[in-house]
Amino acid sequence: MIPADAFCSSRHVDISFIQLLQENGLIELITIDEKIYILPDQLLELEKFSRLHYDLDINLAGIEAINHLLNRVQDMQQSITELRNRLRFYESA
Amino acid sequence: MEFIDYYKILELDKNATQEDIKKAYRRLARKHHPDLNPNDKEAHKKFQEINEANEVLSDPEKRKKYDQYGKDWQHAEHFEKAGRGTHAGNEAGNYGGFGGGRHSAEDEFGGQFSDFFESLFGHSGARSQAKFRGQDYHAELRLQLQEAYKTHQQVFTVNGKNIRITVPAGVENGQVIKLKGHGGTGINGGPAGDLYITFIIADHPVFRRSGNDLYATLKLPLYTAILGGEVAVDTFSGKIKLKVPPETQNGTKVRLKSKGFPVYKQEGQFGDLYIVWSIEIPTNLTPRQKELFTELSRL
Repeated sequence: MIPADAFCSSRHVDISFIQLLQENGLIELITIDEKIYILPDQLLELEKFSRLHYDLDINLAGIEAINHLLNRVQDMQQSITELRNRLRFYESA
Repeated sequence: MEFIDYYKILELDKNATQEDIKKAYRRLARKHHPDLNPNDKEAHKKFQEINEANEVLSDPEKRKKYDQYGKDWQHAEHFEKAGRGTHAGNEAGNYGGFGGGRHSAEDEFGGQFSDFFESLFGHSGARSQAKFRGQDYHAELRLQLQEAYKTHQQVFTVNGKNIRITVPAGVENGQVIKLKGHGGTGINGGPAGDLYITFIIADHPVFRRSGNDLYATLKLPLYTAILGGEVAVDTFSGKIKLKVPPETQNGTKVRLKSKGFPVYKQEGQFGDLYIVWSIEIPTNLTPRQKELFTELSRL
């Protein structure tokens, strides 16, 4: 697990920002002895949300909407791949 | 190497203010940012161009140099040499710019600069002090259907490096796997990028795959179809003997449970194999055969 304060100081991210992400269900944080930790599998998502917020000036509502749409895009891409494979199956018959 | 019009990239005119540049950069970055355009190589390239244009135009020193020497970039070296005396020791301050030392999207995705940029500003013109993550690589791995049937190791070369990976049985055509840390080397101690491998699985001359099931249309001799018998069938797991009941019709589908494709990362689980019989009508009949068929037809 990664201490949240270490992440925040190395990436110049406010701790309040990652707490807001957690409150809105975008990431999961763990608190042990009042110290906040980031789960390693959340790191890539957290970095992405930080870039969206700090580099592109997108607020939390925007991040939520983008995250939702990106997940849908990913699901659709998965469906496209599956459908392509099925089409290939019938075309090769 | 061609002249790059940074104003055109940011859709600005030459009188643009710093505020205009900032706004244009934000607007275009929101459109082409790799986080918002996953797996889109064009957007990635466009984002790098936007970053480079912003890198130059948002920095008054670089912008001045670009405006003066941009089109004559071949002579920029003279300017560089002349200017070095004046600006030596001040570079870190000048090149901090947008994003500061934070691990920004520019670090993440826009770390590469064009030859044009390098010729005008040199390598040090890029903000080389920041740690940034190496580039993500995308590669395709072509497999035969039979290869995808078994877990096996593959060695392939990406950017001159041999990488050995384990390909799990049941991998699908178009499936992408990520190998963390096998992308480009990080810069200034930053982490390495990731390697994304897309599997391209070739069609098989006999077996067609649908999910975890396999389908094959096999020829069945007319006499076996009518009288019944046994047929040996080659599958990916070996030869099997199939009983054919008498009077089997053309197009009859036979399901062979668990003889299909392995289920991805579910050890011991397999799809089914479906065999469709295509009855083979004999050709070049001898007079005797014709006689017998005629006799049969009259019965």
